[in-house]
Amino acid sequence: MHSTIMSLNQTDVEKVARLARLAMTDTEIQTAQNQLNGIFGLIADMQAVNTDGVEPMSHSQDLAQRLREDKVTESNQREAFQAIAPQVEAGLYLVPKVIE
Amino acid sequence: MINSSLKQLSVALAARKISSVELTQLYLDRIAQHNPALNAYITVNPEMSLAQAKAADARIAAGQADTLTGIPFAQKDIFCAKGWLTTCGSKMLHNFVSPYDAHVISQFNEAGAVNLGKTNMDEFAMGSSNETSYYGPVKNPWDTQRVPGGSSGGTAAAVAARLCAAATGTDTGGSIRQPAALCGISGLKPTYGVCSRYGMIAFASSLDQAGPMGRSAEDLALMMNVMAGYDERDSTSLQRAKEDYARDLNKPLTGLRIGLPKEFFAEGMGSDVAKAVEAAIAEYKKLGATVVEISLPNSKLSVPVYYVLAPAEASSNLSRFDGVRYGYRAPEYADLTDMYEKSRAQGFGAEVKRRIMIGTYVLSHGYYDAYYIKAQRIRRLIAQDFVEAFKQCDVIMGPTSPSTAFKLGEKGDDPVQMYLSDIYTIAVNLAGLPGMSIPCGFGDNNMPVGLQIIGNYFEEARMLNVAHQYQLATDWHSRAPQP
Repeated sequence: MHSTIMSLNQTDVEKVARLARLAMTDTEIQTAQNQLNGIFGLIADMQAVNTDGVEPMSHSQDLAQRLREDKVTESNQREAFQAIAPQVEAGLYLVPKVIE
Repeated sequence: MINSSLKQLSVALAARKISSVELTQLYLDRIAQHNPALNAYITVNPEMSLAQAKAADARIAAGQADTLTGIPFAQKDIFCAKGWLTTCGSKMLHNFVSPYDAHVISQFNEAGAVNLGKTNMDEFAMGSSNETSYYGPVKNPWDTQRVPGGSSGGTAAAVAARLCAAATGTDTGGSIRQPAALCGISGLKPTYGVCSRYGMIAFASSLDQAGPMGRSAEDLALMMNVMAGYDERDSTSLQRAKEDYARDLNKPLTGLRIGLPKEFFAEGMGSDVAKAVEAAIAEYKKLGATVVEISLPNSKLSVPVYYVLAPAEASSNLSRFDGVRYGYRAPEYADLTDMYEKSRAQGFGAEVKRRIMIGTYVLSHGYYDAYYIKAQRIRRLIAQDFVEAFKQCDVIMGPTSPSTAFKLGEKGDDPVQMYLSDIYTIAVNLAGLPGMSIPCGFGDNNMPVGLQIIGNYFEEARMLNVAHQYQLATDWHSRAPQP
């Protein structure tokens, strides 16, 4: 069986949901807590591995980021892009008021 | 015609034995007849498909046809296609008509291929059974009580049921190979960086890779010739010389060294799967290959490592879905934060939310080193296992999936059980290697079994050769489900 090095409590799950901008009901928090702890039980298998001196691998090809010339390459497609937006006005995206 | 290879279709179109419009209509009729039972497609648009077919016929008549001109393909709904609804299997993008083409789509368009429609998939490619799609699960054409695998399950079902000539998929942890295995078709996940990710909706960017799914290795090779290639719009696209992926198909396999990882043949694999895979290895020996036992000691850690790294990358990638510029916005909200939280809560399904939460947690203050960096260190150990293994062999073989297709709903309540079904495929993505699945027989309940072939970096042509020679000697790949 997996060793559980730690488990998330209800406050942890609520905090993660807030950070992830996901509205959740109490019942959903409860379900998420159980399932996340099951998944972290699986993930806990990693902790037994000795990784001293092993460089983290973020990517399979160890390449440097390509650079390009600093010039405009895209054309303006505002109308096409805003045609699929939830709410626009006069070329601007509308959201609820953020500054009083 | 529906059982013809891409090469045969290409010859028939060039000889004007059939027009692209006729061929496209044939498939559209089949989709209309069989898709209600399978749910393999989310969107079909006969008008747009037939317009492309008409243009292809004109191009053929003008003597300007390429190999795939006029052939109807389906596209996984993760690829943005201009003017097509592109949902990624999510309610979040239920109204997203893409204003642009993914690189892979524009490559097919330039080749003169016809887009038959967009195939169903697990939401944002997160799933192994196609049950997380907002548009309902896809049914396996071999048994509609069973899943087709995932996340490219719609593509796999459409190819198996002859609802397209071939189709595209994407593979982050097995999403091409596992559904290919479960639906009895062939699928190839290329080396990371070979096919551009531009316009392919991002899940885990350091793992995501597009690839072809079809009825034979030869068909996959012809598709790779169109799909692969450098694209400056993807910062991880590799600058390499153009290659002909069909160049080595006919080479004999004499002297081929096959590595069999002892960890893949240990506990966990179904006995029916083991039997079919072992019979395939025996066939390869007849074709002149030799077998060597190898070890991938860290491969058992690939599932835990993947379920840290992929959700971490996903939580970052999916933060773009905020209800502001495109996609779903909740109908009612109090302020901006409430709009974000409700739009995301209502627009994403349960599995996607779960993975966003795992990712948010492992990247959060205090846990970053213990989870994220730790997982990246083990990722290197997993990749190094393959470097060692390829000193002893040319290709690695084993099962694609521990079992044949399971029943709909069977693994519904336990995410961990579902995650473990990708145990043989995930290490390949972590290492960035190319992997394939080809049909190699049938297991319990007469469901297809897939043989996984893993190659060294950029060895796709060799793998396709290895798969093609097997398909010349056997006929598993040409078996079709009863309609």
